Amino acid sequence: MATTTQTDAPPPPGPAAAAAKPKARPGDRVFLGLSRGSGIALLMIMAAIAGFLSYRAFLAISKDQGNFLTTFEWNPAGDPPVFGIAVLAFGTIVSSVIAMAIAVPVAVGIALFISHYAPRKLAAPLAYIVDLLAAVPSIIYGLWGAIFLVPYLDGLNQWLDEYMGWTYIFDKAGDGPARNLFTVGILLAIMILPIITNVTREVFLQVPKMHEEAALALGATRWEVIRMSVLPFGRSGIISASMLGLGRALGETMAVAVVLSPSFLISGHLLDPGGGTFAQNIASKFNEANEFGRDALIASGLVLFVITLLVNGAARWIIARRKEYSGANA
Amino acid sequence: MKLQRKNGLRATALGALAVSGALVLTACGSDDNTGGAGSAGEKTTAASNITCDDAKGQLLAAGSTAQKNAMDLWVKNFQAACSGVEVNYQAIGSGGGITKFTQGQVAFAGSDSALKPEEVEESKKVCKTGQGINLPMVGGPVAIGYNLSGVDNLILDAPTLAKIFDTKIKKWNDPAIAKLNPGVSLPGTTIQAFHRSDESGTTQNLHKYLSEAAPAEWKHDPKSKSWEAPGGQAASGSSGVASSVKGTEGAIGYFELSYATAQKISTVKLDTGASAPVEATTENASKAIAAAKVKGTGNDLALSLDYKTQADGAYPIILVTYEIACDKGNKAETLPALKAFLNYTVSDEGQKVLSDAGYAPLPTEIAAKVREIVPTLS
Repeated sequence: MATTTQTDAPPPPGPAAAAAKPKARPGDRVFLGLSRGSGIALLMIMAAIAGFLSYRAFLAISKDQGNFLTTFEWNPAGDPPVFGIAVLAFGTIVSSVIAMAIAVPVAVGIALFISHYAPRKLAAPLAYIVDLLAAVPSIIYGLWGAIFLVPYLDGLNQWLDEYMGWTYIFDKAGDGPARNLFTVGILLAIMILPIITNVTREVFLQVPKMHEEAALALGATRWEVIRMSVLPFGRSGIISASMLGLGRALGETMAVAVVLSPSFLISGHLLDPGGGTFAQNIASKFNEANEFGRDALIASGLVLFVITLLVNGAARWIIARRKEYSGANA
Repeated sequence: MKLQRKNGLRATALGALAVSGALVLTACGSDDNTGGAGSAGEKTTAASNITCDDAKGQLLAAGSTAQKNAMDLWVKNFQAACSGVEVNYQAIGSGGGITKFTQGQVAFAGSDSALKPEEVEESKKVCKTGQGINLPMVGGPVAIGYNLSGVDNLILDAPTLAKIFDTKIKKWNDPAIAKLNPGVSLPGTTIQAFHRSDESGTTQNLHKYLSEAAPAEWKHDPKSKSWEAPGGQAASGSSGVASSVKGTEGAIGYFELSYATAQKISTVKLDTGASAPVEATTENASKAIAAAKVKGTGNDLALSLDYKTQADGAYPIILVTYEIACDKGNKAETLPALKAFLNYTVSDEGQKVLSDAGYAPLPTEIAAKVREIVPTLS
């Protein structure tokens, strides 16, 4: 933030700063102790949770008679117990990728429309409606998806099968209803749209007016302004917003559980029912699972945790790498 | 900026309203689909002779969702008669119920399957002087519902059913189906076989039925609570399967009878080898349960169901759910309430309300045995 150093205010007077240092007031010390204490407490709670989960996961995995990473089965109650996360990892990642591919461009488009194109009278209520969409509980999206969306997507599925079948992924083997990973991806896209739109819109509104006016002064059209000043400035913001959305998509439970017709098979044919996600599997198996089965589910949850961690780490890395080139420093 | 923050606040307020509204709405969204529940309850409380003895306090229970609707009726009637008792049954699933029971959190558990030997061992910790026993309490037919326009009287037998659910028979006009349904014009629609995506005692009972009545066709693990066969499609909960069948042309699926009656889904008649194909009704299920043998020892009444029964009018795809309690060593403060409540549920009056809710009353011999054991709980 180079701009923040260009201040006209004089540097803080020397004597005051020097005096504040040695003279620690009791209030300061109490506050320091409190904040340090809560920081340590937070770390300890996190460590305790992580320890508990890893312990339970270890208990389960040590008794697993299949390969935890590659087995296409989930039967911890069986004799011998066999379970693996391959299908779940595949389903989680594929549905999230579909969701991101649909949601990010649309969300950026909506955010641009609200922040730069829409008349003010329309922009405020529109932003407000998008906000509201984020507040709808996921089970409601799930029910809406199962009752309304699935029958409507049957037609789209047939169309995709007919004209895009050569792509392999859109080749549909059976004629079951559209309760597949593709539908889940579309539903997830709708669910993560509001959060991405909101954050992106906020970022677009932060673009310095000077930049835009400068571009306009040079004779740029509105689209050129957006391309030259708004998008570069907002790039890291868009990435952060997408990661927030992705986090939601990866962990979405109830909506997926209601809409998907899960099975423990990996299929590249996205339009055939099947697959599963971590969260959906936990939700549907938890009720009837015995103690060991629950440990196994916890183990699968830990894998989801690791995947989320990796994704967030990658996003932070991308943002950090781009920061020096982004409009924020111009 | 200021304007925006205000907007945000208002959005959160409205959001909160939406969330709480949704919560209120979903609160009544359980799978209670027994339309006649209210009237059945009124009928029985009018002529109630429930004995409360000195039951009081709170009676906690948890377990099977399959008997939730029956439990709701019983709890309502029982609490109306015995004002000092509050019975709280959480329908969290059989597995969860047994876990809660062996941890001593509930006075009894409801379960779709009897305790396994290792679970009996574990129950000795809670029961101290005794052990957990299974008391059969609610039976019910698992109906095979289908959606096939123009066909309203479909007859199937166990081997055909096994092949359908194993996706070996793929079209409705398959010769195997046609042979069982002479004179019926079957369409060439693809069969969409639906099963449960969650683990369930209903699935387990269908597995057991198929592997006993059609051992050559059904090779999957009969004890598994999750669906074993590849292919087909899944939906969550009996309600999910039922609505999927209702909404999909050419679909077939299994669920408790009450879901079929509530959504007006046609059910398959089974050719069991009896003189006539058997329809899924509560009476026919009771007849099939009567063929069961007690396999538990002592006070344990775990049943071994006869899925191969060929008795006339006996519908063999049945589910029997148990109440699991300690034979000795129940907690002193809940014991009177436990005994009074179970006494009521197994009484003629308690069993009579079941058929209104789509369940099958226990056959008289088994009910008599349960009635002998409940008073001896200590």
